[in-house]
Amino acid sequence: MAKLNLLLLAVLVACALGLVTSQHKGRKVFSDLEREHERARELDIEYGRLQLEASTWGLHSRVERIAAGSLGLRAPDPRRVRLIARDTAR
Amino acid sequence: MTSAVGTAAQGLVRLPVWRARFVLAALLVAFAALTLRALYLQALKTDFLQEKGDARYSRLLEVPATRGRILDRNGEALAVSTPVKSIWAIPSDVEFHAAQRRKLLELLGMQGAELDKRLAGPARDFAYLKRQVPPDTAEAIAQLGVRGIYESREYRRYYPAGEVTAHLIGFTGVDDAGQEGIELAHQDSLGGRAGSRRVLKDRLGRVVEDVESIRAAQDGKDLTLSIDSKIQSLAYSALKSAVLQNRAKAGALVALDVRSGEVLALANVPSFNPNNRARLSGAQLRNRVITDLFEPGSTLKPFTIALALESGKVGPQTMIATAPGRMTLANYTIRDVHPAAALTITQVLQKSSNVGAAKLALAMPREAMWDLFHRLGFGAAPELGFPGAAAGRLRPYRSWRPVEQATMAYGHGISLSLIQLARAYTIFATDGELVPLTLVKTGAAATGERLISAQTARAVRAMLETAVQPGGTGPRARVMGWRVAGKTGTAHKQENGGYAADKYLASFVGFAPVSAPRVVIAVMLDEPTAGRHYGGSVAAPVFAQVAQGALRALGVPHDAPLEPLPMPTDTEETREST
Repeated sequence: MAKLNLLLLAVLVACALGLVTSQHKGRKVFSDLEREHERARELDIEYGRLQLEASTWGLHSRVERIAAGSLGLRAPDPRRVRLIARDTAR
Repeated sequence: MTSAVGTAAQGLVRLPVWRARFVLAALLVAFAALTLRALYLQALKTDFLQEKGDARYSRLLEVPATRGRILDRNGEALAVSTPVKSIWAIPSDVEFHAAQRRKLLELLGMQGAELDKRLAGPARDFAYLKRQVPPDTAEAIAQLGVRGIYESREYRRYYPAGEVTAHLIGFTGVDDAGQEGIELAHQDSLGGRAGSRRVLKDRLGRVVEDVESIRAAQDGKDLTLSIDSKIQSLAYSALKSAVLQNRAKAGALVALDVRSGEVLALANVPSFNPNNRARLSGAQLRNRVITDLFEPGSTLKPFTIALALESGKVGPQTMIATAPGRMTLANYTIRDVHPAAALTITQVLQKSSNVGAAKLALAMPREAMWDLFHRLGFGAAPELGFPGAAAGRLRPYRSWRPVEQATMAYGHGISLSLIQLARAYTIFATDGELVPLTLVKTGAAATGERLISAQTARAVRAMLETAVQPGGTGPRARVMGWRVAGKTGTAHKQENGGYAADKYLASFVGFAPVSAPRVVIAVMLDEPTAGRHYGGSVAAPVFAQVAQGALRALGVPHDAPLEPLPMPTDTEETREST
């Protein structure tokens, strides 16, 4: 009887320690998850900022100004442009 | 006592029994006290203690939500929210030395007096120094380490296309809520909802456990518009230069995709920069395409003619006597700029004859005319989901007098918005179907409501093509490589209940390519004052420019030979009086 009790006590202590470790691990993993969430959010904001920047640099009026101004480009004579029909209609 | 003495005699002290009992009782009492205390704490005061415990490591976190982006049909950003910092202070805590103060003023872009005023404001514990500061400036301010100055995160909306899309997109206020245009119309789906949750934090401030989510944060949804920013940008710059060149007060333009009913471009001049809205005037804010009304003038004639053709009594070649180029009805004289003895119906449209259109209208029951106008959507706000869309004015036919019916045939005495007019032209661009419009990308063909027969629609389309040929009023609307069709309008502006003699609204509405129409474009210029004021000389070139760019951008195959078009110098034909 005393042996069984001792055994049960040992099991109980092991379980208690296991609970503590798993809780600790859980919290650690959760804090990692939190950090990744935060990073995802930062990246999304960064994406928005880059999108904004892309739109600003790619403004049609700006592209046109640079093309016509510093690069000396101009639209080709329409007679020299051939339109090719696409299979997939947009 | 003898026994005690006896044991003492044996060398042992026999303690009295009561002492042991006493110790036992004391221990029992102590245990009982502990048990009671434990019971009291566990059962009765547990809520209070739990709360105290939570207060030590549980935190309520705000979960911010971002506002949805607005994109054009190809995914280019038109409006994006990005975090900025707001700098605020607790005035009574602020302490800085001269160097810090100088640096702070420099970073804030502020005068010393202004800063002092803000710090001396009525609130002792809170004052904004500057809102919506770029992140790097905020960083530099934080580096200064001034006591009593803090920053908090806010969102600011940026519009990369600026003035080009200003009227359509609208803008948001400082609290990131829509105030105008699409931003206001789609506030519910664009605007995110900040949430909050309760978490456990450890000693280092890391979140280690989610306790409960009090309110889930919801980010705003992105919105993809039907606008094509390439066409939009082209439309805006063409319109802007036309307004400058003709010294007009304002201009408006709208381009529609005939197949899907999507609005491809919507431009207004004068415009404003939505990123910097200091000093805005009412004129800049007006959206002349959707919320402003005007009398369309001759651009309404095709509908009168379509109705006449629908009745089956006349055909495109039926002659109408228009001599002597004027007609008097109840003290009001309708005049033609190009008086002719007789014109075919095609020529009535081509030469923009008011007398011809008036005669056609008077031959029809006013009810039929009202019915067509009503079904075209005049007098009812278009279902665009845009705030402040104007309905226009179409009076009930019972109150029409003959002179009013006659003038309405060429677009006087009726008012509508430019987008209503452009939409009405879809019945000629399709085979008689009025296409429903949308500002949001659908990518699908729209099914319209049939208003006139395909035969009539084709006949009017052919007539509209003659109107842009040499001999018509709008040859400058032609585009190399594509057949176009359209109608000019030169309406006198209404002023103080009458028509101003020297103030005009020049307009052009047309579509291209004629063989399989793809885009409808409507252009309107308000009070051109640089000499020319006819729709054919002022608005038609804008149409041509935008049509060419749009057809190229959409990859529409050519349906006309690629030969340079001889552009007439302002011919006699361009002239018209409505």
